[in-house]
Amino acid sequence: MSSTDPHRDSPFPHRHLLGIEGLQPHEILGLLDRAEEAVEISRKVEKIKPVLRGRTQINLFFENSTRTQSSFELAGKRLGADVMNMAVSQSSVKKGETLIDTAATLNAMHPDLLVVRHHAAGAVQLLASKVGCSVVNAGDGPHEHPTQALLDALTIRRHKGKIARLTVAICGDITHSRVARSNIILLNALGARVRVIAPSTLLPSGIEKMGVEVFRDMREGLKGADIVMMLRLQRERMNGAFIPSVREYYRYYGLDQEKLSYANEDALVMHPGPMNRGVEIDPAVADGPQSLIREQVEMGVAVRMAVLEALAAHLPTS
Amino acid sequence: MAQDTSKPLVLSNARVIDPARNLDAPGAVIIVDGTILAAGPEAANQGAPEGAEILDCNGAVVAPGLIDMCVSVGEPGAEHRETFASASLAAASGGITTICTMPETDPVIDDPALVDFILRRARDTAIVNVKPMAALTKGLRGEDMTEIGLLQEAGAIAFSNGHKSVRNPQILRRIMTYTRDFDALIVHHTEDADLAGGSMNAGLNASWKGLSGVPREAEIIALERDLRLVGMAKSRYHANLLSTAESAKVLQIGKDRGLDVTAGVSINHLTQNENDIGSYRTFFKMSPPLRDEDDRQAMIQALKDNVIDVIVSNHDPQDVETKRHPWAEAEDGAIGLETLLAAALRLYHNEDLDLLSLLAKMTLNPAKRLGLNTGRLTVGAPADVIVFDPELPWVLEKAAIKSRSKNSPFEDARFSGRVLRTIVAGKTVYTYD
Repeated sequence: MSSTDPHRDSPFPHRHLLGIEGLQPHEILGLLDRAEEAVEISRKVEKIKPVLRGRTQINLFFENSTRTQSSFELAGKRLGADVMNMAVSQSSVKKGETLIDTAATLNAMHPDLLVVRHHAAGAVQLLASKVGCSVVNAGDGPHEHPTQALLDALTIRRHKGKIARLTVAICGDITHSRVARSNIILLNALGARVRVIAPSTLLPSGIEKMGVEVFRDMREGLKGADIVMMLRLQRERMNGAFIPSVREYYRYYGLDQEKLSYANEDALVMHPGPMNRGVEIDPAVADGPQSLIREQVEMGVAVRMAVLEALAAHLPTS
Repeated sequence: MAQDTSKPLVLSNARVIDPARNLDAPGAVIIVDGTILAAGPEAANQGAPEGAEILDCNGAVVAPGLIDMCVSVGEPGAEHRETFASASLAAASGGITTICTMPETDPVIDDPALVDFILRRARDTAIVNVKPMAALTKGLRGEDMTEIGLLQEAGAIAFSNGHKSVRNPQILRRIMTYTRDFDALIVHHTEDADLAGGSMNAGLNASWKGLSGVPREAEIIALERDLRLVGMAKSRYHANLLSTAESAKVLQIGKDRGLDVTAGVSINHLTQNENDIGSYRTFFKMSPPLRDEDDRQAMIQALKDNVIDVIVSNHDPQDVETKRHPWAEAEDGAIGLETLLAAALRLYHNEDLDLLSLLAKMTLNPAKRLGLNTGRLTVGAPADVIVFDPELPWVLEKAAIKSRSKNSPFEDARFSGRVLRTIVAGKTVYTYD
């Protein structure tokens, strides 16, 4: 994207980033343009753009995630913020401290930015309504994971030059995936054609009304696809609950070279990580020439810098 | 409130509505010694008794006090959420003169001594009639039947497993068969817990929110099963809270088959749908879950067709500790005593039901089902009577909520229709000022 892109300087009008839902297409593009700049910064020797100097960013993770947490940590630090990681173990929450109590505790620490991951849908929204700072949703249950969708879009755009009219096939556990939901909303907003490919047990009720084309046959679903987005299958869903076994799942929904050959020749493969090699994806594909998986990680830091910077515009200055 | 109940009371210049007689006419109600001496046009002509207090109703409606068949009170065990005192005050201000309490307390009401405890607490602290329901199974565990006979003798009005269905059909069948010998009424929740497994109505809305859904079939299958068992056991059965269009059809089939079955619907399912949940607002989380608009319309139609017999508040006080959680982790339940009539009047204002039919669902019908002699303005019946203005506009403000818990899905809602006076056994227990 050129640096004269009109979206870059338009201010981001939201105090929080709780989901892709509710964002206008130009706001999404604005964040992607900002992220392009962040990519440049991140590739320099001196990786600092100190727009958050003196600001406190707290990463509050109710669910473990090394990569997302470190990505947000790095993003905050590259923008000059003081970053604190707070891991909240499930057990202490279960002991009776409500999310609201946690919010009150946090408020007393006067953070400027709060990055939250929680295992329950809607939890980040609830927290955002009770704290005085800006909140970024780093994943709330199966609801949304907006920065993942943004980094996916950035990765796609850098390789294909656009999002509109591309055919994107999202494959795997759609029902339990916040990545799928955020991507479906974002990709539709930017004019892509979205497909989902999954066994029926892993498709949410009403999926056909979610702006996607539904496929149960992976080869059919991959025909003509420009982007193949694989999802992680959680271990607890593998043996009998939603699918009978890993080997049966891999047979029908694991992405190998043969199935990938049904997609367009220049199709690119993505995965939000962490991957289960041999469950949803063949190592040869994951590490092959069509894979963007490693680049997604780099784009993740850039997109999170863009988001933090955009929200920082709303922080009080006195 | 200090009123001389020995003094006769005349509610004059009223619009008297008595579903028991299909009566909706100008008239008066005369109360002597806590019972109804006369009600209707004839009462207006017969003149006030000697020394009577005469209250000019200015054309307001005088009707039997409401009977609410599904009320949770925190006593015993969760008095910080609700007591008999606070619940009955809330009820009185909403025009409810009898509450049937759910046995889901701590401890569970599965012992005759506990029924006795409730009746004594109610006598000492409540200003409306309290009719306790006892547990259908010990500890509500769905395994062993309770002492149906002894509990009934102690004063249990009906038997319920709370907001949980008895899972095992063989156990339920046996309990149903046993209750028949005592002519006891089973008030059952109809939800297959294994199939339900979610926190809001299944469908597109839940899918976008990333919440697992409760399919309608969880209710339909449980109801179908129950009605088959009722067919075998020939017991008296009341489906407590129906929520889907298909459930009404299933119930109609059961009635057509001659089964002794009735059903209720909560006021929430008549006036709200799943869209009201908005951004995970937990005051709208309940069991059964709010369904979509088509189901809401079907519930209203089922009332019109007399398929569903009773409207309840499903009053369930919850506090910050249980409600201020992420949606899936928050407790079910909404308070509703204070707003039952006002919310129900929306159906009247929308011209879905006339006032007489609407009131029957909250007075005569529950009274008949429970074997109560209230819910009607029959001469000699206990004078449980309300006066209300069906048009008076008001807004439910949180600060004005009388219930100890404030989890109302109607917070800041506008209503047309307000209770002006509530009388229990001839004694005024609430007046609007």
